[in-house]
Amino acid sequence: MNLPRSAGAVLAKELRIELRTRDLTHTVLFFVLMVAGLFSFAFSPTADESRRILPGLIWMAFFFAGTLMLQLCFVREQANDTLAALRLAPIDPFAILLGKLLANFLFLAAAEIVFVPVFSVFYNVSVLPVLGRLILVLFLGTFGLAVVGTVFSAMTAQARMRELLLPMLLLPVLAPVLIAGVEATGELLVPHPSLAREWVSMLAGFDVIFLTATWLLSGFLVEE
Amino acid sequence: MKGKEGTWRLAWLATAIVLGLAGYAIFFVAPPELRQGNVYRIFFFHVAIAWGAFLAFFISFFGCIGYLASRQQEWDWLAVSTAEVGLAFTTITLIIGSIWGKEIWGVWWTWDPRLTTAFFLELLYISYLMLRVMIVEPDRRAMVSGVFGIFAFLDVPLCYFSIVWWRTLHPQPIIGGAPGTGLDPRMWYVFLFVLVGITALMVVMIRERYRLEALRRQVGVLAAELEERAAPDESKGVTA
Repeated sequence: MNLPRSAGAVLAKELRIELRTRDLTHTVLFFVLMVAGLFSFAFSPTADESRRILPGLIWMAFFFAGTLMLQLCFVREQANDTLAALRLAPIDPFAILLGKLLANFLFLAAAEIVFVPVFSVFYNVSVLPVLGRLILVLFLGTFGLAVVGTVFSAMTAQARMRELLLPMLLLPVLAPVLIAGVEATGELLVPHPSLAREWVSMLAGFDVIFLTATWLLSGFLVEE
Repeated sequence: MKGKEGTWRLAWLATAIVLGLAGYAIFFVAPPELRQGNVYRIFFFHVAIAWGAFLAFFISFFGCIGYLASRQQEWDWLAVSTAEVGLAFTTITLIIGSIWGKEIWGVWWTWDPRLTTAFFLELLYISYLMLRVMIVEPDRRAMVSGVFGIFAFLDVPLCYFSIVWWRTLHPQPIIGGAPGTGLDPRMWYVFLFVLVGITALMVVMIRERYRLEALRRQVGVLAAELEERAAPDESKGVTA
């Protein structure tokens, strides 16, 4: 099987599992609402302040939601040792990772579709005029989170205390995404918004570098 | 084996002597600086140790690649030894840098690119070591931490550039910087001397840590052997 077809099969499998169990959908939806509410208690911002802190809040909330979601991606396979079956399939190991990371990307994107309007309403910041550019920034940042998160989820699936370990590995590596994402989002929420080219290219660079590294190292990540 | 041990002991002794002399040179040979006075003397150790830390992380990166390419445990030992020494050096760099910062900038810490990058290096390699603690099986640990080591190292330049685009407060490089800047020749000699001493210290420390890792592995093998030998006795006891 060629790469797109086999990755597509893994992706379809992930989506089917999620549609049947709805584990992620329910927890993440609740998490989103809870975070949006708790942040406003913690900061009780005025309109000006919220415009300033909103990019940071959005990205921090995504990162924490991401570490919750990504945890499950390889742990799910352990109950019935289904990763062994995936490994036996005559496909490129990268296809397994690619399928899973696309699935994670879609889950995160779905969470963001709920997240951004909720934050925009709660904090009284209008995102409609910059929606296209905001989607670009969110797309690139979320893709980076999905790539590194999927890889680290594969790495930590068999470790002790993996629930603690994954965020500790993931968050420092994602620091450039956080900085670039927050800065780029911030530029879009000011009175005269503009797309910050250097931050967008930083996000794109991060995605390309780590996707390439994942492709090169995929053989090691999926093996026993 | 014994002759090798003796050589390393000599290396330790030489390192101690060089570092002792370097300490003397920093305070009594190097002249005071024009604007900073005596506080600048921290620079000698600060820059040399930071260099040692980067060099150690660089070697660690190759240790990770070496392990993944060859599956030889020795590469993994090299990767972990260098990561630990690099981490220790980074910590010292941050501490003495902040002492200097308090004196010259008036604050212990500022989110300037180089400081922030060093801080993230510290976090990345702490996660690397934590990951190793959490995986018991040696081959799996070496493989997973090898992959993480590569990811962490690739992340360093991205971290650096993302942070640089904020603003810079750190003094710009003086060695090889703009014309009109530069070190007094005596400062140069002292600095090179310190650099040699610190690099030697890094090498001997990495070697000790590497040996510790090798010994641990040996203990693991012996313990497994002992268990195997004990097992037949137990079964005998049951049959009797």
